[in-house]
Formats: sequence, C-alpha cells, structure tokens
Amino acid sequence: MSQHVKTLAVAGAVAAALSAQFATVVHAQEQEKCFGVALAGKNDCAAGPGTTCAGTSKVDYQGNAWSLVPTGTCTTMELPAMADGTARQGSLEALDRDMAG
Amino acid sequence: MLDATNRPFESLPNRPGVGYKPQHYSDILANSGSVDWLEIHAENYMGDGGRPIAQLRHLAERFPVSVHGVGLSIGGEAPLDTDHLARLKHLIAWLKPASFSEHLAWSTHDSHFLNDLLPLPYTAQTLDRVVRHIDQVQAAVGRRMLLENPSTYLAFAETEMSEIEFLSAIVARTGCGLLLDVNNVFVSATNQQTDPVSYINDFPVDHVGEIHLGGHDEDSDDHGAPLLIDSHGREIVDPVWTLYAHTIERAGPRPTLIEWDNDVPDWATLESQAARADRILTKISA
Amino acid sequence: MTTGQTDFTRAILDPDLAVPPGLIDPQGRPAGKRFAVYRNNVAVSLTEALETAFPVVRKLVGDEFFKAMAGVFLRQHPPVSALMMHYGAEFPDFLETFPPTQSIGYLPDVARLEQALRRSYHAADASPIAPEALQDLPPDRLMAARIELAPAVFVIRSPWPVHALWLANTVDGAPKPQMRPEDVLVTRPRFDPSPALLGPGAADFLAAIEKRGTLSEALDAAGDGFDLGALLGQLLAGGAITGISEGT
Repeated sequence: MSQHVKTLAVAGAVAAALSAQFATVVHAQEQEKCFGVALAGKNDCAAGPGTTCAGTSKVDYQGNAWSLVPTGTCTTMELPAMADGTARQGSLEALDRDMAG
Repeated sequence: MLDATNRPFESLPNRPGVGYKPQHYSDILANSGSVDWLEIHAENYMGDGGRPIAQLRHLAERFPVSVHGVGLSIGGEAPLDTDHLARLKHLIAWLKPASFSEHLAWSTHDSHFLNDLLPLPYTAQTLDRVVRHIDQVQAAVGRRMLLENPSTYLAFAETEMSEIEFLSAIVARTGCGLLLDVNNVFVSATNQQTDPVSYINDFPVDHVGEIHLGGHDEDSDDHGAPLLIDSHGREIVDPVWTLYAHTIERAGPRPTLIEWDNDVPDWATLESQAARADRILTKISA
Repeated sequence: MTTGQTDFTRAILDPDLAVPPGLIDPQGRPAGKRFAVYRNNVAVSLTEALETAFPVVRKLVGDEFFKAMAGVFLRQHPPVSALMMHYGAEFPDFLETFPPTQSIGYLPDVARLEQALRRSYHAADASPIAPEALQDLPPDRLMAARIELAPAVFVIRSPWPVHALWLANTVDGAPKPQMRPEDVLVTRPRFDPSPALLGPGAADFLAAIEKRGTLSEALDAAGDGFDLGALLGQLLAGGAITGISEGT
C-alpha cells in the first residue's frame, strides 16, 4: 500500500469510526454517576484481606494427592482435546494441526 | 492527582460506624440510618484508580472515614515493607481520613504475605520491635495511629507480660492510641481462659480512640475447650453487647464500628447492628 | 524457648510440618488445633481471593477442583504483597504446568484474560479524547502521530477462542465456543472492564502502538485485512484513546 493510499484509508477509517461512535462517547461527568453500580458478572474484585476467616479450624489439606478431575463447564466446551498430551497445548502449530485434522 | 476538595472530617464522632462494603454503596447514600461514619481496609484502596477509589472519594465527602490497615505487619520480625508504607502514606495524604489504625499482629515474613493477623509473644524484645515499627509508621504517615488488640487462638511459652502491660507500654513509648476490639477481648479471653470483664477494667481506656464490635464463630480445641474464631461473619452475640455496654460505662462514648466482612448481609441487617450500638451509646451518655 | 516467625511461616504453609514448639494452650499443652486456625485462615482467605479473581476458570473446572488447585497454588506462590487485588499474577503460568489441568489447553489464556480484566479494573483513571480529536489533524499528520492508550487497556492474544470461552461462561445464552484463535481487547469504559473480540491484524497494530510506533508504522505492522475503522470504533467506545501526539 502506498503512503498516499494508506493516508486516504486512514481518513476513511476515522470518518467511519466517528460516524458510528457519536452516541457512545463517555464524558468524565457522566462517569461520576455510575460508580455505585457494578455490572453483573463484571470483575468487581477486591477480596477483603486480613480479617477473612472461614469460621472453622477444620482444614481439608489436599496436599498433592490428586485424584480430582475438572467437573465444571469445561466438560461441555468441545475444543480439541489434545489427546496425545505431548505437544505443548495451545501453540499455534498444534492448533493449525488440529484444525486441519 | 487525587485530592479531597472539601474540608475533611477531622475526627470520628462518638457514634456508630460500619465497615464499608461496595454492595452497600447506594443504600448508604440513600439512608445511612444510625451509621455516621465508615471504615475501609486500607489495602483495598491502594490500586491506581477505578471504581474503588472513585467511590471512596465520593463517600469521604459525606462521611468521616477511618482507614484500617490489615497488611503492615507491625509485629513482624522483619523490617516494615517500605513500599507498603509508601502506599499507606499516599492513601492517607489524599484521603485525609478521620482516623488511622492497624493491628498488634504480623502477616509478612521473608517477603511472604500470609493474609492473616498472626500472633506474637509479649516480651521485652518484641515490645522494642513493635515500638520501633510504630514510631516508623507514625513518622511516615505524619499522624498518630491507633493500635488494635488482637483475637488470639494460642499462647506463647516465652510470653513474659500481659497483653495490657504490653499495650500500655507501647502507648507510653510511642504516643499512639488504641483501638479496643471488644469482640477480640471476648474471643481471646475465652480462648485463653481469662476474664474479659477484668481485661476491660484493666484496659487503659483513656487512650481508646475507637471501638470494634463483630461476630465470631464457636469451635473447640483438641481437648474440648471452647475455641472462638473471629470470623466477622454474623451478628454480634449478646455477651459481647453486654461487655460493650460495660466498656462504654467505663470509658464513656467512643466511635464504635460494626465489622461484618464475611457473608456480608443486606444493609438493613447491618444497620440494625449499628442501631443497637446507638441505643447503648445514647443510654449511657444520657 | 522462642518461636520464630520463620518456623511459624513454614508451618503455616506446609501442613505436613509439626506445629512449632513454644505454642501452647492455656494449660501449657501444645497448641495443636489452635494453630490450625491460623493455617486455615491463611489457606481459606487466599483461596477466596483466587476465587474472586478467576471466576471463569473456577466455573470451567468446577468449585471442588478449583479449591483444591488453589490450595496447591497458594503454597507454591504465597502473596508477595499485602494487596490482594494483585494476588494470583502467577496463576496463568501455574496452570501451564499444573499436571491436572493439562487436558484443558485454553485454561491459562482464560486466566490471563481474567487477570487483564482485574488489572484493568484497578488501573489508573485517564480522560479519553473526544472522538472528533481524530479529525483535528489532517490525515498525513495523523499518519505520523502516535496514539496514547489508557492504563486500563490490555490485549490478550490466544490460539484459543478465549473471548468466546469467557462469554460462554459469563453471559446466559452465549453461543458455544468454536475452535479458532482469538485476540481480545480489554477496555474500561466508565468503571467496568469489558473484553471485545479483535479483528485480524488489530493486535499487531496495538502492539506497535504500545511500542510508541506511529499510526503509519502500526498500519504496516497490522498488514492486509486489518480494519482500522472497526478498531478505532472499539477504542473510542472503550474510552481507550487518551491522547494523540505529534513529533517524537
């Protein structure tokens, strides 16, 4: 892409972005109104430290005796299982191979 | 950057306050009821920005705020974490809180922060260390701090003085004030098999700048002796209310905080605990 | 008999170690279960901090598994500061090597996204530019200018459908993730971090911007198939652009 073509493309992209955006701009004054409301499911985390306590002295020390298997929603996420367990899962190469296969 | 624009509240009123939880934000602003001031855990407001700090800045314009640190490790063998001290200094500088307090406990060792208030023996050596740390904190933040008596679950064979002797010596040597946690008194006295009323009677109440009340859980030790745990997860029990009334009769009205940090209830439930403290404060002041 | 904090700390973190000597009950007997209260408080409070920080990872592996895994993590990686809002920074890397999660290849990247959301939540405030400011400069000068991004902006690149996985575990009725690589832009309009799926080349563009490249250099980095208009739209909606500077 030549510099000229690129410049034209940028101008067009800015115009497109602006035309789509005018209604959603957030000004600082508007921000002040919403700080009391955390959206559901958002990460409103600040785990209160120091005084937390389970209220029991019974501890289930799991140690490294691992017999547990994941039982959450990962069991329904049908992504490549990487059954061979050899390659570092998650590499692009492994992904390409799995997608091709 | 951050700066309190209004004149700050310079001290806590001798009235009920609560530990602030973000889920109560709207309720507090709509109708705070018997609650006249708020306490925050310092460490939760040491981020760089965002909602926690925006909320705090807004609330601090309307309520006196007490900054209660839970991570300074004043009782630690190691030197104080100067990064942490700097963050505390920054928070206190912009917020200008009505009060600042920390714990007679330790939580950091060998650069590991254990996120609990761990106990220390009361000896001449640990006294020197705590005094040194409090001097350092008060110099860094530029104000007097209050030191809170802990809930303890065990004792140290090496301990050579009582907790009250230890606290009194700290006050005499550092000029700090005390935060008297009446639930901690009850919990520790039960766990150490001593008398909580005697503890209150012996406590140097003239130096008390704030009182804490909270709920505890009941368990038992290896030998079946009662073992109370400072869980902050339920209503304050009647014997602690009775001990609180005794404390106020002796000390006069003091800023009184309701702590409820786990299984946090709705605002009405929390406020009703503050209202109960209010009735005791009002009755005894009258 | 003195009980040092080194021994105390070791015994707190390693339940196989004996309770340190010198810790007693009111009758002078060994503290036993009384010491376990402290062990428990440490383990439970740190586990809760991780549960709060990584809700989607927790949902993916299930509560019981997460709790047990947190128990292993917190003993290998106790916090290094008193700021619980930062605790768990090593958790994504831990998931890379923790044997029981090796069958879930995407888990570390989901944790990275959650970590980015949390960092964004606590990041410094910054005032976004008015969108029209992009038109204040003529296009040729804009090309040579640099864009500044808000401290709350993060980009996660993944060979896994990490955005779809996050959505499927946080939004009711979200579609099932399909296998594909996904890059995610985290912005914080107002106070709530929000993850958005990036189009082709956008993460390369943003990486160049992050390295203080000009708009022209970033466009070169993004390559063909990159939609600048779409990305600018996402950035503006997220209040992510805080400045445009000319010169070096």
